Amino acid sequence: MEIINLEGTEESPKIILDKENSIFEISGRSLPEDAAEFYKPVLEWLESYGQSPNSETLFTFKLEYFNTASSKLILDILSKLEDVTGTKISWYYHEDDEDMSEAGTEFADLVDVPFEFKTY
Amino acid sequence: MKYVYELHKTMLAHNLIIVYEGEFTQEITKSVLAMAERNMDSIGESASTKRKVFNVMVECLQNIVKHAEDLNEKDDDGLRNNAIFMLGKQANEYIITSGNPVRNPVIERIQTKLDKVNSLDKDGLKGLYKEILKGGELSDKGGAGLGFVDMARKSGEKLEYNFEPINDEFSFFALRTVVPRAGGD
Repeated sequence: MEIINLEGTEESPKIILDKENSIFEISGRSLPEDAAEFYKPVLEWLESYGQSPNSETLFTFKLEYFNTASSKLILDILSKLEDVTGTKISWYYHEDDEDMSEAGTEFADLVDVPFEFKTY
Repeated sequence: MKYVYELHKTMLAHNLIIVYEGEFTQEITKSVLAMAERNMDSIGESASTKRKVFNVMVECLQNIVKHAEDLNEKDDDGLRNNAIFMLGKQANEYIITSGNPVRNPVIERIQTKLDKVNSLDKDGLKGLYKEILKGGELSDKGGAGLGFVDMARKSGEKLEYNFEPINDEFSFFALRTVVPRAGGD
């Protein structure tokens, strides 16, 4: 399967989606002007990954900041992952970042996927 | 040229560290954010306060960018995308203020949203955030409808606002959000 590997910028996160090496990660900052457009390839990738996923999918979110438009797309990504059996979310937050920790808890409440919380 | 000194004095009197007036785009948003970050870094602001200020600024600036487009067709009256953004710093808090023209018919919708947000406490805001997040689709402008809710959550205080009539068609929408400085109070 094709690999998605996007370098992070001041307004968009670093994204790696690599089925073969089992790396699924979104990290950094997410405040693109058009969040829907930015995340479209990610959602499409997950859609096709969901057809024949690995037995385990450990998906890492290590976000420093995301805007409210991105939060909607993060929920869309999590909803896609809901349908992929063997998915676990690793939600990283900076140890003094209560808001990011709380955001993770809120997402965890909204979807039926196990979350693991980790600090960095 | 006296206005230069007057403006300078006004900025000092209001403790304004950034004032931007003009057209708002995503590129401008990034520049203003970078300036604010550098400013907060240079005085050793706490990470937690920096994050909250950054957060409120992003929502505020992107709101203006998204909705300024509504005015594009009116480029003969000088309104266009022009808006003002200000960041002020007091001993105990940062104050994020914006002002932009809006069409009169949308005032009621904005007001209803803000009044609802201001009527809620911390848990109420959390509930509303989750409700909108779960139920909502992005608008055709790409907004999640969460901006004010998020700003109020990061602030912990009420969002102050005002609509100043410009003419039959437009009013000037001013919005003020306070972010307490960690350790201040």
